[in-house]
Amino acid sequence: MDNGEKLRHVFAEALGIEKDRVLDTLEYNSIPEWDSVAHMSLVAALDETFDTMLDTDDVIDMSSFARAREIMKKYGVEF
Amino acid sequence: MLTGKYALVTGANRGIGKAVVETFARHGANIIANSRTVRSLDETCARLSSEYKVGAHPVYFDVSDPQQVKQAFQEIVKISRRLDVLVNNAGVLDNNLLGMIKPELVQEVFGVNAFGTIYVMQYAARLMIKMQRGSIINLSSIVGLFGNAGQVTYSGSKAAVIGITRSAAKELASYNIRVNAIAPGFIDTDMIKSLAPEKYAERFDSIKMNRLGTPGDVANCALFLASDLSEYVTGQVIGVDGGMVI
Repeated sequence: MDNGEKLRHVFAEALGIEKDRVLDTLEYNSIPEWDSVAHMSLVAALDETFDTMLDTDDVIDMSSFARAREIMKKYGVEF
Repeated sequence: MLTGKYALVTGANRGIGKAVVETFARHGANIIANSRTVRSLDETCARLSSEYKVGAHPVYFDVSDPQQVKQAFQEIVKISRRLDVLVNNAGVLDNNLLGMIKPELVQEVFGVNAFGTIYVMQYAARLMIKMQRGSIINLSSIVGLFGNAGQVTYSGSKAAVIGITRSAAKELASYNIRVNAIAPGFIDTDMIKSLAPEKYAERFDSIKMNRLGTPGDVANCALFLASDLSEYVTGQVIGVDGGMVI
C-alpha cells in the first residue's frame, strides 16, 4: 500500500466511512462523521501510521483530505 | 495495580511527584519521569528500575514550553509507543500579596501550573485516544478551590487546573479517557518550607486530622485514580487534606 492509499485508509478508518468517500474535496465538518471528536481520532491515527507528532497548528489546519496530504509532506511522508 | 502500564509524571524529582513515581513503580507501572533539571532523575530512575523491575526513563523538558513538550512526546513515543497514565504534577509556588506580584511571575506560575497542564494533556490525549483508554490526573490544590490570602497567582493557576480538568473530562470521556484532579491540602514538601513560622502554625491548626499530609498520602490517591479501581470516575476533584479548612 503506497502512502496515498495509506492516508485514504487512515481517514476511512478514523472517520468510519467507506474509502470511496475519501476524496480530495472531503472537508472537516462537511459530513457528520468528521466532527471534532473524530478529528482527534484521525490525528492520533495519522501519528501512529506515519510515525509523526503533528504540531497543534497543523492539527487545526487540517481542514480537508487534500490539505492533510500537504501537511503530511511537511513531515517527510512522500506521495 | 498498575502492572505493565506506562505512566508519565511531571515534576517527578521531588515532593509529591517523587512519591508518585515511587508508588506507581511499586505497583508495577513503567515510569516516564519528568523534570526540567537535566540529570536530576537519572539516579532515581535507575533505582526504580532495579528495585521494582519496571522500566523507568527520565525525560527532561519544561512543561510550559510547547516546543519542548512536543519533542518530549516524540521521545516518549520511542520509549513506550503508548501512555496509560499522565500525572500533571509540575508546579511553581508563589506567595506574594496582590500588590507585590510581578507580571513575569504571573506568566511563570500560570505557564507551568495551568498552561503546562494543557500542553502536556494535548499530546498525552493523542496517545490515549489511539488506545481508547487512559487516566489523566492533574494536581490542583485546596487553595484552587477556596482561595488563600497571599496566593492570588498560585490559587488562580490551581483553580484554572480545576476548570481544565472538568472540561477535558467532558471532551475525552467518549474516548474512555478519564480526567480527574487532586486538591492537596498542607503537604510536607519543600514548597511549605518557605512559609513564615506564624503562617505555618496557622495553617497547621486548620487541619482537622491534626497532622501534615505526606507526599505519600497524595500518591495513594493518584494510585487509585490511575488504576482500574476508578474506571467510572471522571471530572472529579478529590481533596487530600485531612479535613483542612481554609
